[in-house]
Amino acid sequence: MRFLDEYRDPRAARALVERIGRRASRRWRVMEICGGQTHTLIRYGIDRLLADSVEMIHGPGCPVCVTPLEKIDRAIAIASRPGVIFATFGDMMRVPGSNGDLFDARARGADVRVVYSPIDALAIAEEHPEREVVFFAVGFETTAPANAMAVWLAAEKGRENFSVLVSHVRVPPAIRLLLDDADCRVQGFIAPGHVCTIMGCEEYEELAAEYGIPFVVAGFEPLDLLDGLAVLVDLLEEGRAEVRNQSARSVRRDGNERARGIVDEVLEITGMTWRGVGAIPRSGLRLRERYARHDAERRFHVAGIASEESTRCIAGAVLQGKAKPADCPAFGRDCTPETPLGAPMVSTEGACSAYHAFRKYEDVDHAV
Amino acid sequence: MRFECPVPSRTRELVTLGHGGGGKLTHRLVTELFLPAFDNDALRELHDGAVVPAPRGDRLALTTDSFVVSPPFFRGGDIGSLAVHGTVNDLAMCGARPLFLALSLILEEGFPLSDLSRVLRSVSESSRAARVQVVTGDTKVVERGKGDGIFITTTGIGEIVPGIEISPRRVSAGDSVLVSGSIAEHGISILSLRDGLSFDTELASDTASLWPLVESVLACAGDRVHALRDATRGGVASVLNEIARSARVGIRIEGERVPVREEVRGACEVLGLDPLYVANEGKCVAFVAAGCGDEVLRTMRRSALGRDARVIGEVVDDHPGVVRLSTGFGGSRVLDMLSGEQLPRIC
Amino acid sequence: MSVERDEIGLVHGKVQFGGVVRDVNLSYTPEARVGDYVVVHVGFAISRVDEDEARRVFEYLEEIDALEASELAGGASSPAGDNGA
Repeated sequence: MRFLDEYRDPRAARALVERIGRRASRRWRVMEICGGQTHTLIRYGIDRLLADSVEMIHGPGCPVCVTPLEKIDRAIAIASRPGVIFATFGDMMRVPGSNGDLFDARARGADVRVVYSPIDALAIAEEHPEREVVFFAVGFETTAPANAMAVWLAAEKGRENFSVLVSHVRVPPAIRLLLDDADCRVQGFIAPGHVCTIMGCEEYEELAAEYGIPFVVAGFEPLDLLDGLAVLVDLLEEGRAEVRNQSARSVRRDGNERARGIVDEVLEITGMTWRGVGAIPRSGLRLRERYARHDAERRFHVAGIASEESTRCIAGAVLQGKAKPADCPAFGRDCTPETPLGAPMVSTEGACSAYHAFRKYEDVDHAV
Repeated sequence: MRFECPVPSRTRELVTLGHGGGGKLTHRLVTELFLPAFDNDALRELHDGAVVPAPRGDRLALTTDSFVVSPPFFRGGDIGSLAVHGTVNDLAMCGARPLFLALSLILEEGFPLSDLSRVLRSVSESSRAARVQVVTGDTKVVERGKGDGIFITTTGIGEIVPGIEISPRRVSAGDSVLVSGSIAEHGISILSLRDGLSFDTELASDTASLWPLVESVLACAGDRVHALRDATRGGVASVLNEIARSARVGIRIEGERVPVREEVRGACEVLGLDPLYVANEGKCVAFVAAGCGDEVLRTMRRSALGRDARVIGEVVDDHPGVVRLSTGFGGSRVLDMLSGEQLPRIC
Repeated sequence: MSVERDEIGLVHGKVQFGGVVRDVNLSYTPEARVGDYVVVHVGFAISRVDEDEARRVFEYLEEIDALEASELAGGASSPAGDNGA
């Protein structure tokens, strides 16, 4: 496909790897923020190709992984109500709650359906006016415009039977938390291209200025990452705490204003607890009061469910780049995609699932 | 004799519990729908079981499979043709010429008779084309709500071609791994019909009988064919993993060599699926002795279903039980067993 | 591939992904025209691909590739692990 295949060309990849190798005067510690970027790195072995020049520290950019445990439990509770059609992105199906996951709920009789877009969920609400349709609105800033639009449309059309269970997170506050941590070892960041397509680069310019750290915005394809890393290494070598947009084909400095407009109309900033990480102020989004009718948590009164996290899951450390998946004693043994102890093992953007899928049988890499 | 549906005008007629009762209604179903679809001596006897001539060879293959695909009708086929090809292909993977099929149906009360007729016509046509006879069958009807329209089970018998020995035990280091054509078409075409994931595509299921292709490969390479597997649920990746484990060998695959059509690639990108894990219904993976890979490839390519066949990798001594995929970036990664259902992803 | 407006004046269109066509909401890329390439996320186009930018990237990548090739041919390249401190 155009604009996809070209970013996977092996020859250019090798050339970029060589270039980074020559430019790096030491081993730089870089964090890629987005889980999709983590997957590409591991899938194509890019971290290994660059092992001498760059240490990749995996970031918290997996919206599925950081969805609070209470939200998962609430999702299961809502889905289990008779008459409810619960629509969700595929990834959420296997995320473990305190007692099983949405897949188990479906096996027990809940009407849980996987959809590709929140608009599909709204369509289900239109086809079934007699049923309550709830959509699990999870994601980063990239997905917020889509989810916001679904709610906005529901309100416009008077679709009373459509509501959303919101669990949206914002990236910059999480980066701030990481950088404020005294133990933070990250020297430079690869910022998520898709998020910046919506939000633009300004927030990262602020962070770069405040913390004196460079950010390079890059896409998800292997060449995007290699190109982004090449530019980041250049900035690090020159001591320049700047923001560079290497995904200019789809990211504009101002982002997508129209999309932000709808998000702002429907959602507002709130504090949020990131699963495994903890409470981060102003790091989440919730529905505004005027859209309360479409807020599933208010419609279904599901507060007060006791949530219990596995004591052995080290997702928090993995998400903050303090540990690698293979460091976890349960990795590949008690914790597998079929029997997960935490979310990163089942999300397509989770670091644990990437390592498990592509490196399960290999010894722990001490160099990487 | 072409099978013509005997109930063309009564499209609102539905399957009722009476049809499964064993009395007049059942008899009508059998004589008006089943017999004309599968006219042959054994079936015409309408006995409890079929009496057929004993096959010639000294080894038989026996297999059974159930089909519950939803929706029952899709581009490129339906549950009927799927049920024939699925079992015929399982026999082919044993190196057996398919001979006879037993056809068992479980119908849900309320299933339209016209749909039943359509399915039977499809079974009739595909079994005829695959040169296999449906010689006995059974029909049960369950109450509304207790079955998803129609479930089919087919059991097949075939005679194994003499002079071959197909078994994972024979797979060994140095063997070439081939795939008979482009992958993931069936799974994607079914997914495209599911609620909430709908997209327009010309993609059709690849359901087909693999026997002619297998027959020619066996004729060419005989006992140098070590193992054959059709890559149904779980796709090519699952077959490779199963063989790696049962034969306790390592398998190395070159990702770039696996044939995937543009449309399939596009659909997989959109849905976040890996084509290597998506179901096929007319493709097989072959493990053949070192040195005859090219010969088998040429033979496959001469067959109608094998035009896009490729050699995709080889069996190795290293990492027994594990399949590795080269990424084209100068590295390789593990191609693991599928875990659970492949689900379309989030952001 | 095609752009339509529905009752509310919402813009959506048919987008082709390597041969598969899907309905995509174009509300966030109202400037998109037939023939344009867009980045799609969960059924929404979130940005139009700037083909000039994209072309620049291809050219740059080709340059890098050519540069590396010529340097390797010149035999003067340093090994990838030569990082000093």
